[in-house]
Amino acid sequence: MMEPMHLQYELEGGNFTKAGFASSEIKKVLKQLNVDAKTIKRIVVSSYEAEVNIVAHAYSGIINAWIDNEKIVLHFNDKGPGIPDIEMAMQAGYSTASPAVREMGFGAGMGLPNIKNNVDLLEINSEVNKGTLVKFTIGLTPEMN
Amino acid sequence: MKKHKVSEIVKNLNLKVLSGGEGLDRKVSGGYVCDLLSDVMGNSKEGQIWVTLQTHKNVMAIASLRDLAAILLINGVNPDEDTIAQSETEGIPILGTDMPAFEIAGKLYELINK
Ligand SMILES: Nc1ncnc2c1ncn2[C@@H]1O[C@H](COP(=O)(O)OP(=O)(O)OP(=O)(O)O)[C@@H](O)[C@H]1O
Ligand SMILES: [Mg+2]
Repeated sequence: MMEPMHLQYELEGGNFTKAGFASSEIKKVLKQLNVDAKTIKRIVVSSYEAEVNIVAHAYSGIINAWIDNEKIVLHFNDKGPGIPDIEMAMQAGYSTASPAVREMGFGAGMGLPNIKNNVDLLEINSEVNKGTLVKFTIGLTPEMN
Repeated sequence: MKKHKVSEIVKNLNLKVLSGGEGLDRKVSGGYVCDLLSDVMGNSKEGQIWVTLQTHKNVMAIASLRDLAAILLINGVNPDEDTIAQSETEGIPILGTDMPAFEIAGKLYELINK
């Protein structure tokens, strides 16, 4: 049995050089814990997309991760413009990314759908002009998947 | 289908090694061609060579998170300084060609699937 772990990372909106850092740290921890490759894949895809969304669309954010024997729970909490219509934002291809962000290859409108396809539980709460909280859970044991 | 090393692909297709030479022994399972990062994140597979014209540091983040074998930059474009640095740290090679995506992808496909 392992002790439950808590990890925390900060993100700045617009700073793409740091995007992916938290996900890569989380990946290292999961590898150390011998989580299977397929589950690690699902976690890093979802975590990276949520991380990049804060950098691409919000002003600042905090990532919290809790890991125990059964699951990883991730919270991506940002101060930002918020999402007026979450259902629309979840649709593949929908994006409000700026031209500069699109030029970098972001803005396909696939991030949130990627998250949805890879997590076991997903909840998004958002308030316009305040910010967004994306929460998801992925099981680490075969029974939960 | 035989699994090539990155170094064999470099030699056969006459590619430049722009950085991350330490990773030339990595095994190649296939290729993926796309410049949309979320598409690569969602749909690429471990061990693939990613053919792209994106040169910024986030391509390395994706290559590392998805355990890709190497990045192959087309049209003679060069990676950014911090992309090179990350490639060295991760030991994931960045390769280069002057060819456009269609042509190099065709050659890569032929080589890998023969
Ligand atoms: N944290 C956030 N704050 C504000 N808006 C967001 C946030 N996350 C997503 N959105 C909105 O939801 C849309 C869809 O997000 P999604 O991640 O699917 O696509 P994208 O980020 O535009 O492009 P991609 O992820 O393919 O690079 C965004 O364009 C944006 O309008
Ligand atoms: Mg996104």
